[in-house]
Amino acid sequence: MDGVRCEVQAGECLALFGPNGAGKTTTLRLLAGLLTPTSGEARIAGLRLPAPTARQHLGLISHRTMLYEALTGRENVAFSARLYGLSDPDAAAERALRALRIADRADVPVRQLSRGMQQRVAIARAIVHGPDVLLADEPYTGLDEQGATALTALLRERRDAGAALVLVTHHLHEGLALATHAAIMRGGRFVRYEPAAGLDPAAYASTYRALVA
Amino acid sequence: MSPRGLLASAGLIARKDLAIEFRTRSAFLSALVLSLLAIVIFYFAWDPTAVGAGDLAPGVLWVTFTFSGLLGLHRSFGVEAQEGAMDALLIAPVPRQAIFLGKALANLVFVLGVQAVALPAMVLFYGVGVGAAWPALIGVMVLAAIGLVAIGTLFAGLTANTRLAELLLPVLALPFFVPIVMPAAQATAKLLAGRPLAETFAWLRILLAFDLVFVYACMLVFPATLDD
Repeated sequence: MDGVRCEVQAGECLALFGPNGAGKTTTLRLLAGLLTPTSGEARIAGLRLPAPTARQHLGLISHRTMLYEALTGRENVAFSARLYGLSDPDAAAERALRALRIADRADVPVRQLSRGMQQRVAIARAIVHGPDVLLADEPYTGLDEQGATALTALLRERRDAGAALVLVTHHLHEGLALATHAAIMRGGRFVRYEPAAGLDPAAYASTYRALVA
Repeated sequence: MSPRGLLASAGLIARKDLAIEFRTRSAFLSALVLSLLAIVIFYFAWDPTAVGAGDLAPGVLWVTFTFSGLLGLHRSFGVEAQEGAMDALLIAPVPRQAIFLGKALANLVFVLGVQAVALPAMVLFYGVGVGAAWPALIGVMVLAAIGLVAIGTLFAGLTANTRLAELLLPVLALPFFVPIVMPAAQATAKLLAGRPLAETFAWLRILLAFDLVFVYACMLVFPATLDD
Protein backbone atom coordinates (compact mmCIF):
# COMPACT_ATOMS: atom_id res chain seq x y z
CA MET A 1 0.00 0.00 0.00
CA ASP A 2 1.36 3.39 -0.89
CA GLY A 3 -0.17 6.84 -0.93
CA VAL A 4 -3.73 5.68 -0.40
CA ARG A 5 -5.83 8.48 1.00
CA CYS A 6 -9.60 8.44 1.21
CA GLU A 7 -12.45 9.48 3.44
CA VAL A 8 -15.89 7.92 3.64
CA GLN A 9 -18.54 10.02 5.34
CA ALA A 10 -21.75 8.83 6.99
CA GLY A 11 -24.24 7.73 4.35
CA GLU A 12 -21.53 7.18 1.74
CA CYS A 13 -20.30 4.00 0.13
CA LEU A 14 -16.86 3.56 -1.36
CA ALA A 15 -16.58 0.66 -3.78
CA LEU A 16 -13.06 -0.66 -4.26
CA PHE A 17 -12.35 -2.50 -7.48
CA GLY A 18 -9.16 -4.07 -8.69
CA PRO A 19 -7.52 -7.29 -9.78
CA ASN A 20 -6.26 -9.91 -7.32
CA GLY A 21 -3.30 -8.61 -5.35
CA ALA A 22 -4.18 -4.95 -5.97
CA GLY A 23 -4.39 -4.24 -2.22
CA LYS A 24 -8.16 -4.09 -1.76
CA THR A 25 -8.30 -6.58 1.10
CA THR A 26 -5.21 -5.05 2.68
CA THR A 27 -6.95 -1.66 2.60
CA LEU A 28 -9.97 -3.17 4.28
CA ARG A 29 -7.87 -4.92 6.93
CA LEU A 30 -6.12 -1.64 7.67
CA LEU A 31 -9.49 0.07 8.05
CA ALA A 32 -10.63 -2.75 10.37
CA GLY A 33 -7.55 -2.36 12.55
CA LEU A 34 -6.47 -5.91 11.72
CA LEU A 35 -3.25 -4.60 10.19
CA THR A 36 -1.06 -1.82 11.52
CA PRO A 37 0.23 0.54 8.83
CA THR A 38 3.99 1.11 8.73
CA SER A 39 3.17 4.78 8.19
CA GLY A 40 -0.06 6.74 8.12
CA GLU A 41 -3.18 5.95 10.05
CA ALA A 42 -6.76 4.77 9.81
CA ARG A 43 -9.50 6.48 11.79
CA ILE A 44 -13.06 5.36 12.40
CA ALA A 45 -15.51 8.02 13.61
CA GLY A 46 -12.47 10.18 14.29
CA LEU A 47 -10.95 7.56 16.58
CA ARG A 48 -7.59 6.03 15.80
CA LEU A 49 -7.58 2.27 15.31
CA PRO A 50 -7.26 -0.23 16.91
CA ALA A 51 -8.74 1.42 20.03
CA PRO A 52 -11.74 -0.58 21.34
CA THR A 53 -13.87 2.59 21.24
CA ALA A 54 -13.17 2.83 17.50
CA ARG A 55 -13.83 -0.87 16.93
CA GLN A 56 -17.25 -0.46 18.57
CA HIS A 57 -18.39 1.29 15.37
CA LEU A 58 -17.15 -1.40 12.98
CA GLY A 59 -18.79 -4.30 11.24
CA LEU A 60 -16.81 -6.61 8.96
CA ILE A 61 -18.11 -8.96 6.30
CA SER A 62 -15.51 -11.14 4.65
CA HIS A 63 -15.41 -13.82 1.99
CA ARG A 64 -14.53 -16.09 4.93
CA THR A 65 -17.52 -16.56 7.21
CA MET A 66 -15.69 -15.93 10.53
CA LEU A 67 -18.22 -18.31 12.15
CA TYR A 68 -17.80 -21.21 14.56
CA GLU A 69 -18.99 -24.27 12.69
CA ALA A 70 -19.91 -26.26 15.80
CA LEU A 71 -22.27 -23.53 17.02
CA THR A 72 -25.65 -22.73 15.51
CA GLY A 73 -26.20 -19.58 13.48
CA ARG A 74 -28.18 -18.08 16.34
CA GLU A 75 -25.42 -18.84 18.86
CA ASN A 76 -22.82 -17.28 16.57
CA VAL A 77 -24.81 -14.08 16.10
CA ALA A 78 -25.80 -13.86 19.78
CA PHE A 79 -22.17 -14.38 20.81
CA SER A 80 -21.20 -11.41 18.66
CA ALA A 81 -24.06 -9.35 20.13
CA ARG A 82 -22.79 -10.14 23.63
CA LEU A 83 -19.22 -9.19 22.69
CA TYR A 84 -20.55 -5.78 21.67
CA GLY A 85 -22.38 -5.45 24.98
CA LEU A 86 -25.92 -5.24 23.54
CA SER A 87 -28.57 -5.13 26.25
CA ASP A 88 -30.75 -7.84 24.68
CA PRO A 89 -28.39 -9.95 22.58
CA ASP A 90 -30.90 -12.69 21.80
CA ALA A 91 -33.48 -10.25 20.44
CA ALA A 92 -30.79 -8.45 18.42
CA ALA A 93 -29.62 -11.78 16.98
CA GLU A 94 -33.19 -12.67 16.01
CA ARG A 95 -33.65 -9.30 14.24
CA ALA A 96 -30.41 -9.66 12.31
CA LEU A 97 -31.19 -13.24 11.28
CA ARG A 98 -34.67 -12.20 10.11
CA ALA A 99 -33.20 -9.35 8.08
CA LEU A 100 -31.08 -11.91 6.22
CA ARG A 101 -34.05 -14.32 5.91
CA ILE A 102 -32.18 -17.09 7.69
CA ALA A 103 -34.05 -17.17 11.01
CA ASP A 104 -35.79 -20.46 10.15
CA ARG A 105 -32.40 -22.21 9.79
CA ALA A 106 -30.73 -20.42 12.68
CA ASP A 107 -30.84 -23.33 15.11
CA VAL A 108 -28.84 -25.65 12.91
CA PRO A 109 -25.06 -25.96 13.47
CA VAL A 110 -23.33 -23.75 10.93
CA ARG A 111 -21.38 -26.68 9.44
CA GLN A 112 -24.69 -28.20 8.30
CA LEU A 113 -25.66 -25.08 6.33
CA SER A 114 -24.83 -24.48 2.68
CA ARG A 115 -22.09 -21.95 1.86
CA GLY A 116 -24.67 -19.35 0.88
CA MET A 117 -26.62 -19.78 4.11
CA GLN A 118 -23.42 -19.59 6.11
CA GLN A 119 -22.66 -16.30 4.38
CA ARG A 120 -26.08 -14.96 5.38
CA VAL A 121 -25.38 -15.88 9.01
CA ALA A 122 -21.97 -14.22 8.68
CA ILE A 123 -23.61 -11.02 7.45
CA ALA A 124 -26.14 -11.17 10.31
CA ARG A 125 -23.20 -11.49 12.71
CA ALA A 126 -21.54 -8.44 11.18
CA ILE A 127 -24.59 -6.18 11.41
CA VAL A 128 -26.09 -7.39 14.70
CA HIS A 129 -24.77 -4.38 16.64
CA GLY A 130 -25.87 -1.86 14.00
CA PRO A 131 -22.38 -0.67 13.03
CA ASP A 132 -21.85 2.90 11.78
CA VAL A 133 -19.10 1.65 9.51
CA LEU A 134 -19.51 -1.51 7.50
CA LEU A 135 -16.52 -3.04 5.74
CA ALA A 136 -17.42 -5.71 3.21
CA ASP A 137 -14.83 -7.84 1.45
CA GLU A 138 -16.39 -9.80 -1.40
CA PRO A 139 -19.65 -10.12 0.56
CA TYR A 140 -21.49 -11.74 -2.36
CA THR A 141 -19.31 -14.88 -2.14
CA GLY A 142 -21.49 -17.99 -2.14
CA LEU A 143 -24.80 -16.12 -2.16
CA ASP A 144 -27.56 -17.18 -4.52
CA GLU A 145 -29.65 -14.58 -6.37
CA GLN A 146 -32.11 -14.19 -3.49
CA GLY A 147 -29.29 -13.83 -1.00
CA ALA A 148 -27.45 -11.32 -3.18
CA THR A 149 -30.62 -9.25 -3.57
CA ALA A 150 -31.23 -9.33 0.19
CA LEU A 151 -27.63 -8.26 0.80
CA THR A 152 -27.80 -5.39 -1.68
CA ALA A 153 -31.05 -4.20 -0.10
CA LEU A 154 -29.54 -4.48 3.36
CA LEU A 155 -26.37 -2.60 2.44
CA ARG A 156 -28.43 0.14 0.76
CA GLU A 157 -30.65 0.37 3.83
CA ARG A 158 -27.58 0.65 6.10
CA ARG A 159 -26.06 3.31 3.86
CA ASP A 160 -29.30 5.30 3.68
CA ALA A 161 -29.61 5.05 7.47
CA GLY A 162 -26.30 6.87 7.74
CA ALA A 163 -23.74 4.09 7.87
CA ALA A 164 -20.48 4.46 5.97
CA LEU A 165 -19.72 1.50 3.73
CA VAL A 166 -16.53 0.29 2.13
CA LEU A 167 -17.21 -2.46 -0.35
CA VAL A 168 -14.54 -4.60 -1.99
CA THR A 169 -15.86 -6.52 -4.95
CA HIS A 170 -15.03 -7.84 -8.39
CA HIS A 171 -18.63 -7.24 -9.46
CA LEU A 172 -18.65 -3.75 -11.00
CA HIS A 173 -22.42 -3.59 -11.45
CA GLU A 174 -23.25 -4.51 -7.84
CA GLY A 175 -20.54 -2.23 -6.54
CA LEU A 176 -21.59 0.76 -8.60
CA ALA A 177 -25.26 0.21 -7.70
CA LEU A 178 -24.40 0.93 -4.07
CA ALA A 179 -21.42 3.23 -4.34
CA THR A 180 -21.35 6.97 -3.85
CA HIS A 181 -17.61 6.82 -4.66
CA ALA A 182 -15.63 4.33 -6.67
CA ALA A 183 -11.95 3.54 -6.73
CA ILE A 184 -9.83 1.27 -8.85
CA MET A 185 -6.72 -0.15 -7.20
CA ARG A 186 -3.60 -1.58 -8.76
CA GLY A 187 -0.28 -2.35 -7.14
CA GLY A 188 -1.36 -1.00 -3.75
CA ARG A 189 -2.41 2.42 -5.11
CA PHE A 190 -5.61 4.13 -6.15
CA VAL A 191 -5.29 4.58 -9.90
CA ARG A 192 -8.75 6.11 -10.14
CA TYR A 193 -10.96 7.60 -7.43
CA GLU A 194 -14.14 9.51 -8.21
CA PRO A 195 -17.78 10.06 -7.25
CA ALA A 196 -19.93 7.24 -8.57
CA ALA A 197 -22.96 9.37 -9.45
CA GLY A 198 -23.48 9.36 -13.19
CA LEU A 199 -20.94 6.65 -13.89
CA ASP A 200 -22.07 4.38 -16.68
CA PRO A 201 -21.32 0.76 -15.65
CA ALA A 202 -20.46 -0.30 -19.19
CA ALA A 203 -18.09 2.62 -19.76
CA TYR A 204 -16.62 2.12 -16.30
CA ALA A 205 -16.00 -1.56 -17.06
CA SER A 206 -14.01 -0.55 -20.16
CA THR A 207 -12.01 1.97 -18.12
CA TYR A 208 -11.41 -0.70 -15.49
CA ARG A 209 -10.15 -3.21 -18.04
CA ALA A 210 -7.84 -0.63 -19.57
CA LEU A 211 -6.42 0.41 -16.21
CA VAL A 212 -5.77 -3.04 -14.79
CA ALA A 213 -4.60 -4.67 -18.01
CA MET B 1 -24.38 -0.69 23.65
CA SER B 2 -21.46 -0.47 26.05
CA PRO B 3 -18.10 -2.23 25.71
CA ARG B 4 -17.62 -5.17 28.04
CA GLY B 5 -14.91 -5.24 30.64
CA LEU B 6 -11.91 -7.55 30.68
CA LEU B 7 -13.38 -10.26 32.89
CA ALA B 8 -16.86 -10.20 31.36
CA SER B 9 -15.38 -10.52 27.85
CA ALA B 10 -13.02 -13.26 28.98
CA GLY B 11 -15.92 -15.17 30.55
CA LEU B 12 -17.89 -14.88 27.33
CA ILE B 13 -15.01 -16.19 25.22
CA ALA B 14 -14.33 -19.03 27.66
CA ARG B 15 -18.01 -20.05 27.64
CA LYS B 16 -18.03 -20.05 23.86
CA ASP B 17 -14.88 -22.20 23.68
CA LEU B 18 -16.24 -24.67 26.19
CA ALA B 19 -19.56 -24.85 24.33
CA ILE B 20 -17.66 -25.71 21.13
CA GLU B 21 -15.58 -28.33 22.93
CA PHE B 22 -18.69 -29.76 24.60
CA ARG B 23 -20.35 -30.13 21.19
CA THR B 24 -17.39 -31.74 19.44
CA ARG B 25 -15.54 -33.35 22.38
CA SER B 26 -12.78 -34.14 19.91
CA ALA B 27 -9.86 -32.57 21.79
CA PHE B 28 -11.04 -33.71 25.22
CA LEU B 29 -11.48 -37.32 24.16
CA SER B 30 -8.13 -37.30 22.32
CA ALA B 31 -6.37 -35.89 25.38
CA LEU B 32 -8.09 -38.37 27.66
CA VAL B 33 -7.21 -41.35 25.47
CA LEU B 34 -3.61 -40.14 25.24
CA SER B 35 -3.41 -39.79 29.04
CA LEU B 36 -4.84 -43.21 29.75
CA LEU B 37 -2.71 -44.83 27.06
CA ALA B 38 0.45 -43.25 28.46
CA ILE B 39 -0.43 -44.43 31.98
CA VAL B 40 -1.10 -47.97 30.71
CA ILE B 41 2.06 -48.14 28.55
CA PHE B 42 4.27 -46.88 31.39
CA TYR B 43 2.57 -49.42 33.67
CA PHE B 44 3.39 -52.37 31.42
CA ALA B 45 6.95 -51.17 30.90
CA TRP B 46 7.45 -50.79 34.65
CA ASP B 47 9.49 -53.25 36.69
CA PRO B 48 8.18 -52.87 40.27
CA THR B 49 11.20 -54.77 41.64
CA ALA B 50 13.57 -52.11 40.25
CA VAL B 51 11.62 -48.89 40.81
CA GLY B 52 9.00 -48.22 43.45
CA ALA B 53 5.57 -46.94 42.43
CA GLY B 54 6.06 -43.74 44.42
CA ASP B 55 9.25 -42.98 42.49
CA LEU B 56 7.79 -43.64 39.06
CA ALA B 57 4.25 -42.27 39.38
CA PRO B 58 5.05 -38.51 39.62
CA GLY B 59 7.11 -38.64 36.43
CA VAL B 60 4.45 -40.61 34.59
CA LEU B 61 1.78 -38.25 35.81
CA TRP B 62 3.49 -35.05 34.67
CA VAL B 63 4.71 -36.40 31.34
CA THR B 64 1.13 -37.47 30.69
CA PHE B 65 -0.44 -34.16 31.72
CA THR B 66 2.08 -32.11 29.78
CA PHE B 67 1.55 -33.85 26.47
CA SER B 68 -2.21 -34.35 26.77
CA GLY B 69 -2.61 -30.68 27.69
CA LEU B 70 -0.86 -29.66 24.47
CA LEU B 71 -3.65 -31.28 22.44
CA GLY B 72 -6.28 -29.01 23.95
CA LEU B 73 -4.07 -25.95 23.80
CA HIS B 74 -3.53 -26.37 20.08
CA ARG B 75 -7.26 -26.71 19.46
CA SER B 76 -8.15 -23.57 21.39
CA PHE B 77 -6.89 -21.34 18.57
CA GLY B 78 -7.58 -23.89 15.86
CA VAL B 79 -11.31 -23.12 16.10
CA GLU B 80 -10.55 -19.43 15.52
CA ALA B 81 -8.33 -20.11 12.52
CA GLN B 82 -10.79 -22.41 10.72
CA GLU B 83 -13.03 -19.79 9.11
CA GLY B 84 -11.14 -16.66 10.09
CA ALA B 85 -13.20 -16.24 13.28
CA MET B 86 -10.20 -14.65 14.97
CA ASP B 87 -10.74 -11.53 12.83
CA ALA B 88 -14.26 -11.15 14.25
CA LEU B 89 -12.84 -11.39 17.78
CA LEU B 90 -10.13 -8.86 16.98
CA ILE B 91 -12.46 -6.20 15.62
CA ALA B 92 -14.89 -6.61 18.54
CA PRO B 93 -14.49 -3.91 21.19
CA VAL B 94 -12.92 -6.23 23.76
CA PRO B 95 -9.43 -5.85 25.20
CA ARG B 96 -6.87 -8.14 23.53
CA GLN B 97 -6.00 -9.50 27.00
CA ALA B 98 -9.62 -10.68 27.35
CA ILE B 99 -9.06 -13.02 24.41
CA PHE B 100 -6.02 -14.47 26.17
CA LEU B 101 -7.78 -14.74 29.49
CA GLY B 102 -10.90 -16.31 27.96
CA LYS B 103 -8.88 -18.87 26.04
CA ALA B 104 -6.75 -19.61 29.10
CA LEU B 105 -9.84 -20.11 31.29
CA ALA B 106 -11.35 -22.56 28.82
CA ASN B 107 -8.00 -24.36 28.53
CA LEU B 108 -7.75 -24.54 32.32
CA VAL B 109 -11.14 -26.25 32.53
CA PHE B 110 -10.00 -28.60 29.75
CA VAL B 111 -6.70 -29.52 31.45
CA LEU B 112 -8.34 -29.92 34.87
CA GLY B 113 -11.00 -32.13 33.28
CA VAL B 114 -8.31 -34.42 31.84
CA GLN B 115 -6.47 -34.44 35.18
CA ALA B 116 -9.68 -35.31 37.04
CA VAL B 117 -9.91 -38.57 35.09
CA ALA B 118 -6.21 -39.36 34.65
CA LEU B 119 -5.17 -38.85 38.29
CA PRO B 120 -7.53 -41.51 39.76
CA ALA B 121 -6.54 -43.82 36.88
CA MET B 122 -2.89 -43.38 37.78
CA VAL B 123 -3.58 -44.01 41.49
CA LEU B 124 -5.53 -47.13 40.56
CA PHE B 125 -2.89 -48.55 38.19
CA TYR B 126 0.18 -47.87 40.30
CA GLY B 127 -1.45 -48.52 43.65
CA VAL B 128 0.11 -45.45 45.22
CA GLY B 129 -1.39 -44.47 48.53
CA VAL B 130 -2.56 -40.89 48.43
CA GLY B 131 -4.52 -41.00 51.69
CA ALA B 132 -4.90 -37.62 53.33
CA ALA B 133 -2.74 -35.95 50.67
CA TRP B 134 -5.65 -35.68 48.19
CA PRO B 135 -6.43 -31.98 48.82
CA ALA B 136 -2.74 -31.05 48.59
CA LEU B 137 -2.31 -33.13 45.45
CA ILE B 138 -5.30 -31.40 43.87
CA GLY B 139 -3.76 -28.07 44.88
CA VAL B 140 -0.53 -28.99 43.06
CA MET B 141 -2.52 -30.04 40.00
CA VAL B 142 -4.43 -26.75 39.89
CA LEU B 143 -1.33 -24.59 40.45
CA ALA B 144 0.62 -26.44 37.76
CA ALA B 145 -2.32 -26.35 35.36
CA ILE B 146 -2.51 -22.55 35.68
CA GLY B 147 1.14 -22.14 34.68
CA LEU B 148 0.99 -24.68 31.86
CA VAL B 149 -2.17 -23.15 30.46
CA ALA B 150 -0.79 -19.59 30.58
CA ILE B 151 2.32 -20.53 28.60
CA GLY B 152 0.47 -22.92 26.32
CA THR B 153 -2.24 -20.39 25.47
CA LEU B 154 0.35 -17.77 24.56
CA PHE B 155 2.25 -20.09 22.23
CA ALA B 156 -0.93 -21.60 20.81
CA GLY B 157 -1.98 -18.07 19.82
CA LEU B 158 1.45 -17.34 18.40
CA THR B 159 1.57 -20.47 16.25
CA ALA B 160 -2.13 -20.67 15.30
CA ASN B 161 -1.66 -19.16 11.85
CA THR B 162 1.51 -20.99 10.98
CA ARG B 163 1.53 -24.00 8.72
CA LEU B 164 3.42 -26.13 11.25
CA ALA B 165 1.38 -25.11 14.29
CA GLU B 166 1.09 -28.66 15.64
CA LEU B 167 4.86 -29.06 15.52
CA LEU B 168 5.81 -25.56 16.59
CA LEU B 169 3.60 -25.41 19.67
CA PRO B 170 5.37 -28.19 21.62
CA VAL B 171 8.80 -27.05 20.40
CA LEU B 172 8.21 -23.53 21.69
CA ALA B 173 6.15 -24.30 24.78
CA LEU B 174 7.92 -27.32 26.27
CA PRO B 175 11.08 -25.47 27.41
CA PHE B 176 8.87 -22.98 29.24
CA PHE B 177 6.90 -25.82 30.83
CA VAL B 178 10.03 -27.00 32.70
CA PRO B 179 9.86 -24.42 35.56
CA ILE B 180 6.26 -25.52 36.16
CA VAL B 181 6.57 -29.27 35.70
CA MET B 182 9.71 -29.60 37.82
CA PRO B 183 8.30 -28.23 41.11
CA ALA B 184 4.96 -29.92 40.38
CA ALA B 185 6.64 -33.31 39.97
CA GLN B 186 8.78 -32.75 43.09
CA ALA B 187 5.75 -31.77 45.19
CA THR B 188 3.78 -34.73 43.83
CA ALA B 189 6.64 -37.11 44.69
CA LYS B 190 6.75 -35.84 48.28
CA LEU B 191 2.98 -36.19 48.65
CA LEU B 192 2.86 -39.69 47.13
CA ALA B 193 5.74 -40.75 49.39
CA GLY B 194 3.64 -39.71 52.37
CA ARG B 195 6.07 -37.00 53.45
CA PRO B 196 4.72 -34.22 55.71
CA LEU B 197 2.89 -31.48 53.86
CA ALA B 198 5.37 -28.89 55.10
CA GLU B 199 8.07 -30.49 52.94
CA THR B 200 6.16 -29.53 49.81
CA PHE B 201 5.78 -25.85 50.73
CA ALA B 202 9.03 -24.79 49.12
CA TRP B 203 8.01 -26.39 45.81
CA LEU B 204 4.50 -24.95 46.05
CA ARG B 205 5.94 -21.47 46.59
CA ILE B 206 8.10 -21.88 43.48
CA LEU B 207 5.06 -23.09 41.56
CA LEU B 208 2.99 -20.15 42.73
CA ALA B 209 5.74 -17.67 41.87
CA PHE B 210 6.11 -19.05 38.33
CA ASP B 211 2.31 -19.00 37.94
CA LEU B 212 2.17 -15.32 38.82
CA VAL B 213 5.10 -14.44 36.56
CA PHE B 214 3.85 -16.49 33.61
CA VAL B 215 0.21 -15.36 33.82
CA TYR B 216 1.22 -11.70 34.04
CA ALA B 217 3.93 -11.91 31.38
CA CYS B 218 1.78 -13.90 28.95
CA MET B 219 -1.13 -11.46 29.30
CA LEU B 220 1.25 -8.61 28.63
CA VAL B 221 2.88 -10.22 25.59
CA PHE B 222 -0.23 -11.80 24.05
CA PRO B 223 -1.53 -8.72 22.16
CA ALA B 224 1.79 -8.53 20.28
CA THR B 225 1.31 -12.09 19.01
CA LEU B 226 -1.90 -11.04 17.26
CA ASP B 227 -0.21 -8.61 14.88
CA ASP B 228 -0.45 -9.83 11.31
